Amino acid sequence: MAAAASNTVTKLNKSGFRAWLNKRLPVDEFVSSQLTGYLAPKNFNVWYFFGSLALVVFVMQLISGIFLTMHYKVGEATAFDSVEYIMREVDFGWLIRYLHSTGASFFFIFVYLHMFRAMMYGSYRGPRELLWLIGMLVYLALMAEGFFGYVLPWGNMSFWGAQVIVNLFGTVPVIGPDLVEWIRGDYAIADATLNRFFALHVVAVPFALALLIMLHLVALRQTGSNNPDGIEIKDKLGADGKPLDGISFHPYYTVKDVVGVGVFLILFCIVVFFVPTFNGLFLEGPNFEPANPTSTPEHIAPAWYFTPFYAILRAVPDQRLGALLMFLAIAVFFFLPWLDRSPVKSIRYKGVLSRFFLGLFALSFLALMFLGLQPAEGLYVVLARIFTVCYFAFFVLMPWYTRAETTQPVPERVTYHA
Amino acid sequence: MRKIAALAFAVALLSATALTFGAAAGEAEGEKTLPGADWRDWHAGNEVASLPSLQRGARNFMAYCAGCHSLKYLRYSRMANDLKISETQLADYLIQPGDDKNKYIIASLAPTDGEAWFGRTPPDLSLIARAKGPDYVYKFLKTFYSEPKALTGVNNLALPSTAMPHVLSELQGVQSAVFKTGKNKGELEFAGFEAGVVGRLSAADYDAFVRDTVNFLAYVGEPSQLYRQSLGVWVVLFLLAFTGIAFKLKQEYWKDVK
Repeated sequence: MAAAASNTVTKLNKSGFRAWLNKRLPVDEFVSSQLTGYLAPKNFNVWYFFGSLALVVFVMQLISGIFLTMHYKVGEATAFDSVEYIMREVDFGWLIRYLHSTGASFFFIFVYLHMFRAMMYGSYRGPRELLWLIGMLVYLALMAEGFFGYVLPWGNMSFWGAQVIVNLFGTVPVIGPDLVEWIRGDYAIADATLNRFFALHVVAVPFALALLIMLHLVALRQTGSNNPDGIEIKDKLGADGKPLDGISFHPYYTVKDVVGVGVFLILFCIVVFFVPTFNGLFLEGPNFEPANPTSTPEHIAPAWYFTPFYAILRAVPDQRLGALLMFLAIAVFFFLPWLDRSPVKSIRYKGVLSRFFLGLFALSFLALMFLGLQPAEGLYVVLARIFTVCYFAFFVLMPWYTRAETTQPVPERVTYHA
Repeated sequence: MRKIAALAFAVALLSATALTFGAAAGEAEGEKTLPGADWRDWHAGNEVASLPSLQRGARNFMAYCAGCHSLKYLRYSRMANDLKISETQLADYLIQPGDDKNKYIIASLAPTDGEAWFGRTPPDLSLIARAKGPDYVYKFLKTFYSEPKALTGVNNLALPSTAMPHVLSELQGVQSAVFKTGKNKGELEFAGFEAGVVGRLSAADYDAFVRDTVNFLAYVGEPSQLYRQSLGVWVVLFLLAFTGIAFKLKQEYWKDVK
């Protein structure tokens, strides 16, 4: 009886639906090469949750975004009202909107932590330079997506934020003013601007993000993951030719990531259900007033995830130079793989200088984030200048301090305590 | 490394707090003790969960505000439903004459008249408590003071040179403001209120009246907020259970990893 049953199963596998399917679509091959057969280092720590969490938030943003698009009415006469319509009259519209607005902030939180992880453990170093560069492109696309999305509710902060950010392109030599007009599609931020930002937010950038994220994952599968020790598990193979310190991505990391998703959802839902505006950080007060070209909000500040760069912009007295420095503050990340000259990858085995400068960088980034939210006056400007210098010092001095310091020897095998 | 990250974060927090307190300490000096001198620190202290307060606030709003100010995103029926106001009460006391209960709450004053009479159309108040915060509305309604030179005879500390007359003067009365020469030469600084024309309500009763009204506006800013919070409790409880089970499952799988 039992033998007959197992016989049927085998038969099914060989000639049943699964076989039929696999002949036409390589499902099993995909699962074994990408999930069960993909071996990841076993010593991932808590910092390794944020990549998969960012992916989860991306999917959440796509789904909640689709439902928002069903009710949102683009256009300067209708946008603001339609958002309030979603908040009040659409069944669970408030939930969809808060999921999306909170999701935007969490996307940036996770991407920043994910990037910091890479900076700590040297994940940007060879052979993963391209993985890092594609990741940076994801970050750029995300910034564009965040900015366009921020404009769509057409509140007063949407309007003035767009005004400030679009005008930055006016600092480009020669073509600046024409460029700004081209971006706006009008002589001022207006209906035409809102419409094109909607198209970019809902169609163009999400496509770009999806493609870049896919490339990011393909590149990751090609090189394999780095790990907190910054050593290659492929260097220590077992008798079966597989890395000794590698474990199957599925089920080990899928089941672990589910725990991460659970913890994330708890924190996320506490924000969504109890503090959705997050004290004006995730949704700002002035954005509950409709866009008004004749009334400037008291302090124009972009969303919190842009404020480190905004603080750098305002720290420089000359606007053109400030815009250039702000651009460099983002662009300099692209050069990280070639600025780091250390013989080791992970901060665990780097010297005291690397630790100091990485700490200084983290401090500067957070301080600039805070300062970008404050009015640009008095002590705030002085501090912004100091932290701008510290921020760049991390990058500019990196070729020097990564060579000058004494590093510790890296271990033979990854550090793992069961 | 974790230590470095934690340290960096702590230092950032410390510097942030230091800055905030440093900024606040600058204005805290002052020797005068006239009532209202500390008006910038006032808090509405409203409680959106308090249904009786919201009902009183709705009554106040419809009686004193709705003539000029709309709540264009809120329907009468939604308000009645959320605040447990019966159909008869709604019809007898709250709906403006000629309005339908399924319509949005629109001021009886025509926008063009508002523009002609006050210099600007009285703003819609659906989102005022979200845009400016309940504390702002509370301060605004409590800091009208007599200014004979103004067209309306009053001015306001929270919104200087406001076009709005002191509609609640029959309740609060009209207080006078005392100004003193400040540290900056020639600049007058507000020092406190003095009693002027007396109103129908005591100071405490007027305060309660304003709190209820502000509370109602806080509800109007986001009518689903109470349901949001009550639903949130269940969502978070579910997620806690889910995460607990997921963690157990992870432990079970990871037993093999040596």
